[in-house]
Amino acid sequence: MFRNQYDTDVTTWSPAGRLFQVEYAMEAVKQGSAAIGLRSRTHVVLACVNKANNELSSHQKKIFKVDDHIGVAIAGLTADGRVLSRYMRSECVNHAFTYESPLPVGRLVVQLADKAQVCTQRSWKRPYGVGLLVAGLDESGAHLYYNCPSGNYFEYQAFAIGSRSQAAKTYLERRFENFMDSSRDDLVKDALIAIRETLQGETLKSNICTVAVVGVGEPFHILDQKTVQQLIDAFEIVGEEEPPAAEAEDTADQETAAGEGAPAEEGAAPMDI
Amino acid sequence: MSKQQANWSPYDNNGGSCVAIAGRDYCVIAADTRMSTGYSILTRDYSKISKLADKAVLASSGFQADIKALQKHLAARHLIYQHQHNKQMSCPAMAQLLSNTLYYKRFFPYYAFNVLGGLDNEGKGCVFTYDAVGSYERVGYSAQGSGSTLIMPFLDNQLKTPSPLLLPAQDAVTPLSELEAVDLVKTVFVSATERDIYTGDKVEIVILNAEGLRREFMDLRKD
Repeated sequence: MFRNQYDTDVTTWSPAGRLFQVEYAMEAVKQGSAAIGLRSRTHVVLACVNKANNELSSHQKKIFKVDDHIGVAIAGLTADGRVLSRYMRSECVNHAFTYESPLPVGRLVVQLADKAQVCTQRSWKRPYGVGLLVAGLDESGAHLYYNCPSGNYFEYQAFAIGSRSQAAKTYLERRFENFMDSSRDDLVKDALIAIRETLQGETLKSNICTVAVVGVGEPFHILDQKTVQQLIDAFEIVGEEEPPAAEAEDTADQETAAGEGAPAEEGAAPMDI
Repeated sequence: MSKQQANWSPYDNNGGSCVAIAGRDYCVIAADTRMSTGYSILTRDYSKISKLADKAVLASSGFQADIKALQKHLAARHLIYQHQHNKQMSCPAMAQLLSNTLYYKRFFPYYAFNVLGGLDNEGKGCVFTYDAVGSYERVGYSAQGSGSTLIMPFLDNQLKTPSPLLLPAQDAVTPLSELEAVDLVKTVFVSATERDIYTGDKVEIVILNAEGLRREFMDLRKD
């Protein structure tokens, strides 16, 4: 994307019918470190890469528990993500207080999306610079949603966001048909392998990734480092079913042109997909 | 021009008694399970005890609708606390929160007479006793509700440090064992049931200690 005369305000349309500030906000999501989610009939797993800025600092918290049945992983401006998580928690608490039952995930994501949309139509606001993968369980089953800064939201079987997420998406695209009937442990394994894809060769260790699970009979919780390391060790020993890193990168290049950061003249604006 | 009076009251008293006793490493919280209105019984099987946090248990008597709202409010605040601090609220923290919550409605109070029991940060038993607008004090034992006037003098007799020559009389955390304290609670409720019409049916006893939470029931006179 290049600077142009229509991209200063969020309330300025371009002649091609695009809101550039919103699209720039979605670029911010792509700059964040990767987060992935996948779901089966009964469980949803979220995983993310936790890279600290330097050795001395702690890493950013990217997965938040929203309620016993809902959790969220974020990519992009993590401060915006933190604030949105607080909003989501507050909505869940208020709903449970009024209706004595857990807030259905579908309702929460709509409220979140509406909140994001407001920021795309006020001259004194800016869009949230964070993408959210909302994982939750309700009466209608297990769900995984992706909330955009644009105010759009989609339901997914599996998805990845953030930098180098294309590698994870490629892996997930090959495997997603099996996810619905996967066991919980297989789902976690797939999540870790997808995370490994985004690391492009770097060794997967439990101190650079975070995994969280929610499922039937299992409230949302973040797995502790020891458990995650054991799971990593378990599947590394068994022998990796590798998509060779090279293949993943090629596909990544091709798809970037078509899908993700569409340059100004090409095709549909990203938020319309 | 005589003063206008309301012809209805927003409050009702559903009766019942609550007791809590703090021990060296345990806390016993008990309440009867009778819910009344006027001279009638609404149900014989209503719990006045609510677990607010791992180490804080609330027993409340008075107007149960207000009490239900109060418990829900505290539970919601506890959830938020857990999200922000990544841990459960301690009993003294919950005690302060309860006091603030009650005082918030100073001019339209919760008709709730509360006794909060639990374990403090050192694992010792603690009991906090309240009035309807949030005035509270940490004590070794307490009774609230319709039977409190019958129960409290008996607890003073059994648990207050004996020497009347040593002032001020301290009601420290009791040296009684857990089993002895539970027995005392049962005795106390049986006696209160005899003379207080609003206390009876069953007593629910919750015991909090290092191992967790235990619940016991004992039948009382149903008349």
